[in-house]
Amino acid sequence: MAKLRAMNEAGNITWDLVDVEGADSIRLCDEGLAMEIDHDSMLAAAPDGTSASDDFGDSIVSDCFIPQIVFSTTVGYRLDMVGDTPPTSICSLFDLDAYPGKRALNKRPLANVEWALLCDGVPKDEIYDVLATSEGQDRALAKLDTIKDSVIWWSAAAETPQLLADGEIVMGSTYNGRLFSAIAEQNQPIGMLWDAQMLDFDGWIVPAGLPEDRLARVMDFLNFATDTQRLADQAAYISYGPARASSAPLVGNHAELGIPMAPHMPTDPANAQNVFVTQYEFWADYRDDIDAKFQAWLAK
Amino acid sequence: MASTTQEFRPPFATFTAPLSALLAALFGFVVGNAYGEPWIGFVMGGVLGAIIAFAIDKLPFGRTQSRLGTIVILGLAGLMTGSAGGVVSGVLIGAVLSWFIYWLDRGEYRKNVPLYYTAGQTLWHNAFMLICGLIFFFLIAPLLPVMWLSFNAQDFFTFTPEMLNFEAAGYSLKHYRNFLTTEEWMIPLKNSLIIAPIATVISVSLGTLAAIGLSQSHVPARRAIMAILISPMIVPLIISATGMFFFYAPLGNWIELNLGLSQTFVGYVKVILAHAVLGVPFVIITVTATLVGFDNSLTRAAANMGANPVTTFFRVQMPLILPGVISGGLFAFITSFDEVVVVLFVGSARQQTLPWQMFTGLREQISPTILAAATILVVISIMLLTTVELLRRRSERLRGMSPG
Repeated sequence: MAKLRAMNEAGNITWDLVDVEGADSIRLCDEGLAMEIDHDSMLAAAPDGTSASDDFGDSIVSDCFIPQIVFSTTVGYRLDMVGDTPPTSICSLFDLDAYPGKRALNKRPLANVEWALLCDGVPKDEIYDVLATSEGQDRALAKLDTIKDSVIWWSAAAETPQLLADGEIVMGSTYNGRLFSAIAEQNQPIGMLWDAQMLDFDGWIVPAGLPEDRLARVMDFLNFATDTQRLADQAAYISYGPARASSAPLVGNHAELGIPMAPHMPTDPANAQNVFVTQYEFWADYRDDIDAKFQAWLAK
Repeated sequence: MASTTQEFRPPFATFTAPLSALLAALFGFVVGNAYGEPWIGFVMGGVLGAIIAFAIDKLPFGRTQSRLGTIVILGLAGLMTGSAGGVVSGVLIGAVLSWFIYWLDRGEYRKNVPLYYTAGQTLWHNAFMLICGLIFFFLIAPLLPVMWLSFNAQDFFTFTPEMLNFEAAGYSLKHYRNFLTTEEWMIPLKNSLIIAPIATVISVSLGTLAAIGLSQSHVPARRAIMAILISPMIVPLIISATGMFFFYAPLGNWIELNLGLSQTFVGYVKVILAHAVLGVPFVIITVTATLVGFDNSLTRAAANMGANPVTTFFRVQMPLILPGVISGGLFAFITSFDEVVVVLFVGSARQQTLPWQMFTGLREQISPTILAAATILVVISIMLLTTVELLRRRSERLRGMSPG
């Protein structure tokens, strides 16, 4: 994001298209660094004629965002370190008696604080109300405090699969595609939870101020790359769900392993029984407060 | 006097035995730690060490027999753990321990110090050697696991049980294959090999000229100019990088618009110039250092014999300061070849270099391909430095100067 800002100021934009997470697209859009998109006229409609904006639905989290995939932050665990009773609930993270050992968690509050409150007995539909209050934030941190001594904090999502493969940790959070890759492609002794997975979107933004010829080329690519069939095809390589509703029935087999990919999608009904969807508006309003508290707590 | 040192035998009961037992106890501590019982290992190691020291001191076996015996016994002890890794550790510990006991028992620790040294001076001499050894060890040891892990059959930075037992199934060359056959790595390698040599040539030419100019006593404000020229080495890289970005961006735009050159070409030019700037200080410093030993009457003598300044430079001055120019050039090359911050700012995706790819690789996907790349780079660097050093010695020998 910093580089995009610098390129914008220097008037030398070398990127035609940027892959960002939903939350970043909102900030880039607010700062005017990303171009606003008219989804219906610029992107392909679904095969049955549904307009692009209806097909993408809630995944269009800002006017500048062209959604590509749905991914989730979830928890993986070492099969050989959890005994005969592998965890089934997210609250196993906080259960040091049943699952002793180190855990790896994201060095940011997102997902961690929601899980902490859920496991502290807050009903799921009240979590964001509680989290909006200062006492609620303290309560989440107090819950995290119970496992703080056993947590390794990661800043890159690749760390958790590495730590799991090493047997350094008993469980840890990371993106679901990373866990799929470690389990199915690398045959590591790892299992994963879908309980209380935190869904998020990843997609494209087009930097504001591109010259005509480059813009035309980019829009041509986007129109192709985000149509129904292409989004479904992408799932053959990694277990991230297509952002279009119309792509879900078209998800096929893994390109090399040949196993059906649909059951590995975070949006598959069997996996999506208990999900959080990242609350962008909540986080836009409270990110600074909660981040500051979380970082101060980490440093303590 | 050699016979005196060989006959010298320190007291066994108060010197050799306790020290041997101590080293063996430390090994025992490490081995015991692997089984969760460090202190039991410590005691067992100590007893075993004392017994071996006793055997070496009192029994009438030759040196080779005793050392081989120790190695075999500890290797067999390692075999009882049931893994090839245990045997290797046992053999290594046996070799080190038996060498150490001989070293103490036969008084060899006094071999390299003058006879009049006191016990304290001898201790310091050997401690100093140990410290030097440890410095080399800590400099080089981190590279060894990197090289070992690059032959991992798995896609993680993990020593698998198969690897530790030296089974063929645990090893693979697939990360090297991945490095050598995918565009993901070959394009950055190609970019690095385009950018680094050109940037080096520019830094060496400009840096050498600047150093020669600045060594003339009549140049005004030479200290200030020198300080500015070597500032890229002192200013934090991230600051230089940001500054360069804002400097080269409009320049690049202007060149693209007015000279009609392609964005890719201009991108390379920007990165090469930025890297050349980073390399110049190293060339200036090394060349200035060699110029201190350069006798200026040689240039006057050349002028006296009718050579113009350019001829004098290439025929007289250049050959004499060449070692400084070459080592400056090596530094400039390594600076560019290793550089990741400036290229991230100034370059665009087309100019992705090897360090850039390694950086993203480490952040995005911790894959041992990075280790394979690192191993290849280390081997290339060693070969490069060795070649240059050999050439330098050869040229000095040819010119009748003593090496180093």
